[in-house]
Formats: sequence, structure tokens, C-alpha cells
Amino acid sequence: MITKRIIPCLDVRNGRVVKGTNFQGLQDVSSPVELGRYYSENGADELVFYDITASAEGRKLFTDILTEVAATIFIPLTVGGGINTLEDFDRVLKCGADKVSVNSGAIRNPDLVREAARLYGDQCVVLSADVKRVAGQFRVFAKGGREDTGMEALAWIRRCVDNGAGEVVLNSIDTDGVKGGFDLEMLEAVSNAVDVPVIASGGAGCEGDFVKLFQTLPKVDAGLAASIFHFGQVQIPHLKGTLKENGILVRI
Amino acid sequence: MVGIVDYGVGNLFSLGSSFRAIGREAAVSSDPEVLAKADRLVLPGVGAFRDAAQKLRASGLDKFVKEQTAAGKPMLGICLGMQLLFEESHEYGVHRGLGLLPGRVVAMDGRLPGELKIPHMGWNRLQVSRGRLLKDADGQYVYFVHSFFAEGCEEALSAVTDYGIPITAAVEKDNLFGCQFHPEKSGAAGLSILRTFCEL
Repeated sequence: MITKRIIPCLDVRNGRVVKGTNFQGLQDVSSPVELGRYYSENGADELVFYDITASAEGRKLFTDILTEVAATIFIPLTVGGGINTLEDFDRVLKCGADKVSVNSGAIRNPDLVREAARLYGDQCVVLSADVKRVAGQFRVFAKGGREDTGMEALAWIRRCVDNGAGEVVLNSIDTDGVKGGFDLEMLEAVSNAVDVPVIASGGAGCEGDFVKLFQTLPKVDAGLAASIFHFGQVQIPHLKGTLKENGILVRI
Repeated sequence: MVGIVDYGVGNLFSLGSSFRAIGREAAVSSDPEVLAKADRLVLPGVGAFRDAAQKLRASGLDKFVKEQTAAGKPMLGICLGMQLLFEESHEYGVHRGLGLLPGRVVAMDGRLPGELKIPHMGWNRLQVSRGRLLKDADGQYVYFVHSFFAEGCEEALSAVTDYGIPITAAVEKDNLFGCQFHPEKSGAAGLSILRTFCEL
């Protein structure tokens, strides 16, 4: 049977991993190539690279780096950040990405998901949604969580899945950065609303949060996190050992 | 040299990189003259069966692949490339494959128990029953992404994986090999399978 996936996410600005990490044995803690290799050799089931560059030069640097990363890691690679057009899909897929994650680009142009899915297949299109509670409702936020779109999240996510999004990354703004655990209530609502894989993001602070996620919500397929992996608070091989001890199927 | 058959379907970047990572030269090409020089071939593929089968025929590479394999050259079909080795696919209509292996490709939809999601996407475990390609891969986790699978291929079946029902994971017959999973995306286990292929 299919395993639960553990996915580290790396933010890249101007070709460097933002904040870096503190792993021993890594010469350059801000090198996307070194970090990508480190994670792929240390239990990550998939990697997400997120381009947070604003400039055109930075974007060019990102695609160069991406090509190098893709040539050195042999696990699935998802790329996001600044994906607004089919040309953006094409650009990162040619660099060796397996899946492309869209967020604000899909909000600006809701046809993007449908067109990309038709061209590259559903499995290639990942909807990333930043969601926050507003007035008792789950609301979709744009622009890195800064702008309330006014759209109800479940309807938005369902619409994108109907249009061909093959996977959903649900990032709860309410729990993001708090390290008090994933947003189980929001995740339950989303995983009941769609029948494609749902990836939990936002809020993991310790191994127990992943155990609780998969035990409480067996429908959730994967857990994604950034800083707790980068700063070694949670080591993926150890996390997977803990998950296995708790009866959760993982690739070890 | 490994010849990766480029008939206009899918992204062959990772496949080329993965052979280079194990120290093998790989050429991605649609030119039969280039591919004929390879000592083994890889038939890749993602997307829809009908579209891929049409492109393979339109490029004339279907005949080339058949000639080369008939002459004994080892060939590995990956994902849709494996499915193309069979007689036919029932993916949105009935479409003819290369007919190099007995069997047909059918939808998971309606055949899986319970609430299992389609596509079958993620890491799943190989249960190897026979064959040369996967001789060291029994119990290994490999990466799958597909919604259709091969059945009626018992004669060539070499491995299955459990997704509510046994799903054909790999086939082999003489010099023909096929993986439903992506060895180029399956970490160390996948690279090891590609290394074995290069030594067959």
C-alpha cells in the first residue's frame, strides 16, 4: 500500500536557500543543490522548491539552479512560486520539475489549472492554497497570505480539482509558524471535499504533530514542513521511525 | 550507451540524468541511426495511451523498436512506455499497442476496493516473483504515478504492488523489460534497478 509522504520545502531567493540550515557535514548550507541532495539521501519522499524571487535576473538564476538540482536528485520534485502562465509551467518542467504548484496565479487566472492539466496531465498540477479563518468561514488568501480574496476555500479547492488539479497543498495561515500542530479541522474539511491527495502544511513543530496528523486524518497523504526540518528540530529518518512505531506506513 | 527513445512524449531530462548519475552514457534521440548505436534502449512515456501510440507510429519509431528488440537488444519500457509494449489499451476507447507482450491495459477506476484514490500516486512496495531486472529489488519502495494498469500479462509478470488489488509493477520476457513505476524517481532503489538494466 502507498506510504505517507514527508516533504521538506525550500524557499529560494536569488538562487540561494533562504535562511539556510544548520546540518553538520554540509559545506554550503544555502546551496539548493547540496540541500536537495542531503534531503533526498536522508529520507525525504519528495522535495518542494519555492521561488520567492521578485526580479527577472533572480528568476533566471532559479531555473539554472533548478536544472542542477533536478540532475542530482532522483525523487519527485515540485516547483512553485511565480507560476502565472503556461510558459511558466513549461519553463520549470524543462528544467526537470515533475509537478508544478500554482497559488496566486490560479486565483488571477482560474483557467490556468484547466489549461495546464490538459497540456501536462492532472498529476503535474498541484494547487497550493493559503487558507485562513475569517468570520467563521475558511477563506482563500493570495499574495503569500497577505490578501483576502473573499473566496470560500472549500468551493475554490473543489473547483480547481474539478478543473484538473491532481493534488492539493493546504497551508493553514492560522497554524503556520505557530508550531503547535497541523490544522486538523481545516484539513479534515478539505480532505472530505476532494478525492485527490491532500498535503498538510503549516504548523508542524515536533514529530508528534505528524503522528497525530496521520492517525487522526488517515485521508491526508503527506506532511510538508520547512524550518523544523532545516534547523534539525525534526530529523526525517527519525521521524519516519517514530511514524512506523505508531503503525503509520512510511518508506524507510 | 543507453538510447532513450524520444517520440515527443514527456520530459526525458530526469531519465538522462539518472543514467549519467550511475556512470552510463545516455543519448536522448528520435533518430534511428543514433539509437541503433545504443547497446540498450529505454522507451519512456507519460500522458495518454492513444496520443503516445499515435506519435510512436507517426515517427516510425514503432517499427524501429520492434526490429531492435527482435534482434535481441535489451529494451526497458517505463510507465506508459511499459503499457505500450502490450497488445491493447482500454484507456478512453480501445487502442492498439506494440503487441510485444500478451496483455492489455485497463482502468483502475471501478476495479479498486474502498476509497482508494486514483491515480495511484506515491511510494509503494515491490513484490518480486521472478526475473533478472528486479532480482535485488524485492520489498523495495518505488515511485508510481498512473491510473491504468496492465492485466492478463501473467506470462511476463515479474512484480506486483499492493493497491487494494495486486497491480502489475513490472514485466519481463527475454530481452524485453517494463516498469510501471519510475526508476528515475525512486531514489537509490530506482538507480540500482537502472544499473542492473545496464548490466543485462
